[in-house]
Parts: sequence; structure tokens; C-alpha cells
Amino acid sequence: MIPPSTDFLIALPEISLLVVASVVLLIEAYGGSKNAAYITTLLGLLLGCVVVAFAGSPETRLAFGGLYINDAMGATLKVLTCFSAIMAVIYSRQYLADRGMLGGDYLALLLFAVLGMMVMISAAHFLTLYLGLELLSLALYAMVAMRRDDVRASEAAMKYFVLGALASGLLLYGMSLLYGLTGSLELGRIAEVVHGGVKSEKVLVFALVFVVAGLGFKLGAAPFHMWIPDVYHGAPTAVALFVGSAPKLAAFAFAMRLLADGLQPAHGDWQQMLAVMAVASLAIGNLAAIMQTNIKRMLAYSTISHMGFVLLGIMNGSLAGYSGAMFYAVTYVLMSLGGFGMVAYLSRAGVEAEELDDYKGLNAKHPWLAAVMGMFMLSMAGLPPFVGFYAKLTVLQALIGAGWIWLAVVAVMFSLIGAFYYLRVVKLMYFDAPAATDTIPASHAGDAHMLLSANGLAILLLGILPQPLMTLCAYSVQMSLG
Amino acid sequence: MLEGIGYLSLTIWVPIVVGILILATGDDRNAAGQRTLALVGSLLGFLVAVPLWTGFDTATPAIQFEEMAEWIPAFNIWYHLGVDGISMPFVLLNSFTTILVVLAGWQVIRTKVGQYMAAFLIQSGVINGVFAALDGVLFYVFFEAMLIPLYLIIGMWGGPNRVYAAIKFFLYTLLGSLLMLVAMIYLFFQSGGSFEILEWHRVGLTMTAQILLFVAFFFAFAVKVPMWPVHTWLPDAHVEAPTGGSVVLAAITLKVGAYGFLRFTLPIVPDASHELAWLIVAFSLVAVVYIGLVALVQADMKKLIAYSSIAHMGFVTLGFMLFNPLGIEGGLVQMISHGFVSAALFLCIGVMYDRMHSRQIADYGGVANTMPKFAALFMLFAMANAGLPGTSGFVGEFMVVLGAVKVNFWWAAAAALTLIFGAAYTLWMYKRVVFGKVANPHVAELTDIDGREFLVLALLAVCVLAMGLYPLPVTDVMHASVNHLLEHVAHSKLVY
Repeated sequence: MIPPSTDFLIALPEISLLVVASVVLLIEAYGGSKNAAYITTLLGLLLGCVVVAFAGSPETRLAFGGLYINDAMGATLKVLTCFSAIMAVIYSRQYLADRGMLGGDYLALLLFAVLGMMVMISAAHFLTLYLGLELLSLALYAMVAMRRDDVRASEAAMKYFVLGALASGLLLYGMSLLYGLTGSLELGRIAEVVHGGVKSEKVLVFALVFVVAGLGFKLGAAPFHMWIPDVYHGAPTAVALFVGSAPKLAAFAFAMRLLADGLQPAHGDWQQMLAVMAVASLAIGNLAAIMQTNIKRMLAYSTISHMGFVLLGIMNGSLAGYSGAMFYAVTYVLMSLGGFGMVAYLSRAGVEAEELDDYKGLNAKHPWLAAVMGMFMLSMAGLPPFVGFYAKLTVLQALIGAGWIWLAVVAVMFSLIGAFYYLRVVKLMYFDAPAATDTIPASHAGDAHMLLSANGLAILLLGILPQPLMTLCAYSVQMSLG
Repeated sequence: MLEGIGYLSLTIWVPIVVGILILATGDDRNAAGQRTLALVGSLLGFLVAVPLWTGFDTATPAIQFEEMAEWIPAFNIWYHLGVDGISMPFVLLNSFTTILVVLAGWQVIRTKVGQYMAAFLIQSGVINGVFAALDGVLFYVFFEAMLIPLYLIIGMWGGPNRVYAAIKFFLYTLLGSLLMLVAMIYLFFQSGGSFEILEWHRVGLTMTAQILLFVAFFFAFAVKVPMWPVHTWLPDAHVEAPTGGSVVLAAITLKVGAYGFLRFTLPIVPDASHELAWLIVAFSLVAVVYIGLVALVQADMKKLIAYSSIAHMGFVTLGFMLFNPLGIEGGLVQMISHGFVSAALFLCIGVMYDRMHSRQIADYGGVANTMPKFAALFMLFAMANAGLPGTSGFVGEFMVVLGAVKVNFWWAAAAALTLIFGAAYTLWMYKRVVFGKVANPHVAELTDIDGREFLVLALLAVCVLAMGLYPLPVTDVMHASVNHLLEHVAHSKLVY
């Protein structure tokens, strides 16, 4: 059957991104400059945002015989994904240029990763979901390994690849079990069958364990978190910056498609698994982060704990929980981009500002940068008046509304522990004298500096007026599921 | 009054906006301008708070100067401000203290002047927000945001062990408030989806829920007060903080905890409060007696005043748990009085520290010989701290003791011990520092206070004496609201 033309219209954002990625790959081959590739990438991502905004519609539509879905949540997440990719590219420009990594190959990989995320976000079928996931993962493996003469980066890439492949295997195994049980790979169809009752509850739970394990790996939730610290630490900062941002949105979409779209009727079964993973993530992430001396590693562990919070929202299984988790994921991406963006900004050729001690006395030299970094840290710690507080508030509210008070208490207790290491960064910047050998360069990348300022102010502004973003998340989830 | 913006909003936002302006003026090259701007900002902040006093209707317990605007409709969160007789005096006290703090740091702070002044102004606005907020989330936002400037103040301009003290202060107080957040969200669902504090006052709750809520609120507020046994952060924070930080900490932030008891604990969970009053009373009496003895043996002046603060705040919480007007009003008067007296004592210690760079009692002796004007003022504040009749310190303590006698004679007897201990540790310290022979050659070189220091201390002296001699205007303001609160608390809201 030839799919009707509207199908292609629905997939227009992905198609245009694919075209741009191919163009970026060819620009240098045909004598274009690195700058041309850079500008094209930015324009391509912007185009992606625009196309999604115009092609998307609030009502849910399926395309390509049920492989592909277009709904409000997907559209919102796609716009945010493109947007955060733009931020990641701008943050990393100078860093990449200093290290000779800025070029068509890197940017094309990045665009393919974004494409993979968009496919994942639009998946209505296990096949699409898996394809998007692999496209994303393969691009990321290659990006982590970009500096092949760097031992740490190679090790990180190796670890990432091996564990990633294992997780994909688990996921595929779980999917095949579900296929055997329900006779379909379509998420909507699976939901119907599971709702109607499956032949063997045991097999369903068995399959769920594998699927959730695969999901846990992609999110980076404990006990499937091992790769996160090594990858964040070992990868070039620009790559860590990217890995820690948009893919989290895709992972959230992945969880939503899989659990909320496909397996909502089995909510009672996966809820417990997610609760265990969430508590484990909060515990391991927050406790291990305290011991880190490298800021990239510290942020890696902090990611794990934040994913614990996202899981708490999803675990809830209600609209409030899903929209809370989405709000959390979006704000986390914004904060994480800022944190890593600062690390990239303060690094210069040959010097990585990645030890915590590099931030000593930042306030004495660059008060504004210190203030912005302070905002990122306090926001991650969940303190008002920054947006991180509302992220925690929405998730906690969903939890308590569903009667999970003890879980809320556990979550806030771990945030208390987490506050310590964020405060330590503030302490280093504000209370300590700058080190004798100054590793903090003067401003050299105006674009990144401006973006950092805007990012910091956004954290504050969204903290004072969180309503629009909250409404957007709630609306998207409501339109997709409600 | 400006169109659409009420005085309460102004008391919150004027200091914050001026604080941000100061930050925008850059580094220490503009220190002189920054100081002036800070003074102007704090004066403006006080001026916009004055109408709260002059325009206050003392006859009604209702919320006044109310402002309401939609803030986060998704969660039914409102920008809802208002004061009653319980909260209004603290907005004023806070705005007044900010002026003193700016003046006190005028010459002493030489590095990062702009950031110092900005931190205090922003802090001032945020604390006004705590007292004015009538929406749970709004309250929480201010309650938490308050920690950030103080954390920076202690950590950046504090003493040698400042980092430890700052982080301890922050985490300790955060521990309490996070549990309160859970409690607030729980109340949101119990009240059918409202974050209105006044709505929570009306929600019926089971005894189990009340006890758990009581515990959550207790953690939040007891840490702030601080009550024994969760007081250990305070001596550290006080000793390490710069003078201004100590003043704000003692005069204002401790009051936030006690205020929380009146705004949240008592009216929201009255039955649990009655049930567990003995616990709070016990903690308070331990604070009064045991901490009073601890204060006696301190060698560091700031630590001594810090412990004295804990003992005095024990009096406040004791008064609240008596459930009679004398006790609660006495507690409130004690809070305000302690705001003046502890601020003054920390400023006095600051005056000496600036000259001698020591807070050890042993390093002093005979200060009266070289600083007579200072010694006279210091004497007044020491007497007020000891609760001498005629000073503000006496009024509150007397009222609380009277209130306690009505409930239980032995409570009153134990509480009255503070009059002895307070006199003992304060006056003994005063004697060792101010009287006697000049033992230390540095003391002989001391210069008396200058005009700026005199102004600051004299302003406080006027307040201490005025409140001691004629406390009626202050109690008048509180009267209606306190009676209303007691009436509310007397009715059980238990559901089964």
C-alpha cells in the first residue's frame, strides 16, 4: 500500500532533519568551511523546531500504518529537543574549535542523534522505537569516541558501547516476549490486549522486567547507571554536555511511549519496579556525588539522582505524575545544559576546567559567571526561587496525591543529602580564594557567554513564573493520553 | 499607595530591587556609592513599612493590607499577602533592623561591599515575604530563599571556621523545611486542592494526621527557633557570622520559626498541639534552664549571646504552648524585645571586635575606662537581656511567667529561673569585659564609639526603653489577633 501523502507531512520534521544532516556531512567534502557546517547545523535544528511547530497538531494522528505517531506531547518534546540541541551546539562551539573537533563529521553525528531522538519520540510501534533508539545510541557512541587518542574517552566509549548493546539486547528480548504474548508490536494494540487480560501474567511480568531494565539503562537510573559517570567523565565536555541534555527528553518519551502508551494496563506491575529504581537512583546518585572531586563526575551522579525523580513521576501512573515527570525532565535538561555549558565555557585549549578546585574563587574574578553557576547549582538542589524547586514540587505533589507519602519523604531526605554537594560548588566559588595558578580564562566566546546568561536568567525567571511551562507539559500529556 | 501595588508588596520588593541594583553597580571601586544606595534602599524599605503600623486597625483580627493575584493556577497557588496583629510587627522589626545592619557594616566591610549590602537587602525583602505570605507555597518559597543570602553572608564574610558553620546552618534548616513541604502538599489534598494557609486552618484532620503534621512542622520551625535539642547550628553560625549576619540571624530569622508555630502549628493542628504541648514545654524549659547554664560557662562573647538567644527563645515557645493570652502575647513581646536586645548585644560585640579582633572575654577587662559612652549603652542592653524591669526584656518574660503560673506553678518556677541565670551570665560577662583593671595593653588603646556606632546603638536603646516602659501600643496591635487565634485553637477540628 502506498501511504497517503499526509503520512509524509506528519514525518516532515524528521525528513527535513535527515536532509540537513546529509548536507552538513557533504559541506566539507565539497570545500565548504567548518563555519558553514556549523551555521547549517544551527539553521537545520531551527528548521526542525519550526517544522514541528507548524506541521504538528494537538490531535493525535497515526501514520505509516501505525508505525508513527504525532501528538501534542511528541510535538512539544521534539521542539524542546531541537532547542536544547541548539543550545548544546552553541555552548560547545569554542570548545570544539579549540580542539579541532568542530567539523562536518561531528555535527552530522549530532544531527543524526537528534534525528534518532525525534524518531523515538514519534514511535507508536516497537520497531520505530528501537530504530530511533539505535540511531541515537550509535551516534552517541561515535561522538564519545571522537578523540581516539584519548585513553579516557576510548575507555568511556567502549564501556558505553558494550553496556548499551547489552541493554538493547535486554530490551529486544523483552519486546519479543511481549510480541509473543500479545501478537503485536504496535503499542496501541498491545495496550488493548493487555487490558483485555493476557494468558500468562507471569510472562507479562517477565517481559516487563527486561523492558524496564532496558529503559533504566537509557535513562541512566540505578542499578543500570554504571556507564553514566564514566561516559560523562571520559567524553569530551562538549559531548558530555550533549549526552546529558536532549537524550534525557528522548528517554522520557521512550518511557512514556513504552509504559504509558503501551503498558498502562500493567501499571501495577511496573510501578513497583520503577519505585525501586527511583529510590536506588536517588540513594546512589546523591551519596556517590558527595565523594567526587571532578565536576563532570559529580554532575553525572547528580543526573542519576534527577532521573530518580523523573521515575518517581512516571511511576505514579497518573496524568499529574506524567506531566510532573515531563516538567522535571525539561527543567533538568535546562539546568544540565547550563552546568555543562559552564564547564565547557571555562575550559580553553589544553585546559579542562573540570576539577571542582578549578572553581575556587570564581566570584572574585567573574562575579556574573559565579552567580549564573550558583543559580544552576541551587536550582538543581531544588531551592526556590529557581525552577528546580517547582520540578520537585510537581513530582512530590503527584506522589502525595496518589498516597505515596513515605516515598515523598524518602525523596526529600535524599534531596537534602544532595543539597550538600551543590552547596559545595557554591562554597568553592564564593568562599574560597582563587587558586594561585589561575585556570579561569577571560571571556572568549561571546555567544556562549550570552547563552549562559540567558540560561541562568531562564532558570530564575521560570522559577518566578513557572506557570507557562507547567501548563505546556500538563497540556501535552493530557492531549496525548487523556 | 501606588495603583495596584500594596504596601506589603513594596516592603518585599523595594529592598530586593535595590539589592539587585547594587549588584549591577559592579565591584569595590564603587563601594562608596553602593553603601549610600544600600542605606537609601533600607530607609525606603522601612518607609514603605511604616504605613502598615499607622494604618493598622487594632480592633479586628482580620487579615489587613491583603493582596491577591493569580500566580500558578495549575496548582491553585496564589500570590496572596496579608498581615494580622501577629505578623505585622515583624515586618516592621525586620525593615528597621535592615537599616541598622547596613549602618553597622558601613566601615567594617571593606571587600565585596556591593555583594554584602545586596545580600542583606535581598534577605530583608525575602523575610518580609515570609511574614506576609498567606499562601503555603509562597511562604515556602520565601522561607527557603531566605537561606541563600544568609548562607553567602556567613560563608563570605565570616570568621575562620565560616565554611563549616555556613553549610551546617544551611543543611540543618533545610532538613526541617523539606519535611514541611511534604506536609504542605498533604494539606493541599486534604483541603480539597488549596494552598491557602487560612483555608488549612479550617480543615478537619484525624489525630494521626495531626500528629504527623505536627512533627513535620515541628522540625521546620524548631530548627529555626532553635529549640533544644536541635539548636547546635546556632552557636556555630553566630560565632562565625559577621556582625550584620549575627544581628539578622538573632533578631529576625529566629523569629520566623516562632512565627511558624503561631501561623501553622497551632491553628492547623490544634488537637495535636494540645496533645503534644507537654513536649514543647519540656524542650522549652530545658532550653531555659540547661542552655542558661551552658551560657554561663562560655568564654566567647558571641557564643554566650547565642546560647542566651536559645534560652530566650525557649521562653517564647513556652509562652505559645500555654494557650492563654498572656502566654502568647508575652511570647510575641519577648520575640520583638529579643529582636532589639540581641541585635544590640551583637552590635556591641561587633564594636569591640572591630577594634580588638577578639571575642574572648578573657582578652578584655576595664573597657569602661577607655570607652565610657559605649560601656553605658552596653550596660543598658545587658540589663535588658537579664530582664530588668523598665527594659523591654522584662515585659515579655513577666507576661510569660504570669501566664505559666495560671497553668502550672512548677513550669512558672522553672521558667523564672531564667531571670536568675540570665542575670548571672549576662552581668558576669559584662563585669569581666567592662569593669576591672585594664589587663590588656590593647584595651588601653581603645577608642570610644564614633557617631555612626552611637547612632545605631542609641536607636536600639530608645526602642528597648520605650517598649519596656510603655509596651501597650505593641500589645494592642496583637490583642485581637491573639484572642482570635486562641478561640480558634480552643475548638477541636478532629475528624474520625
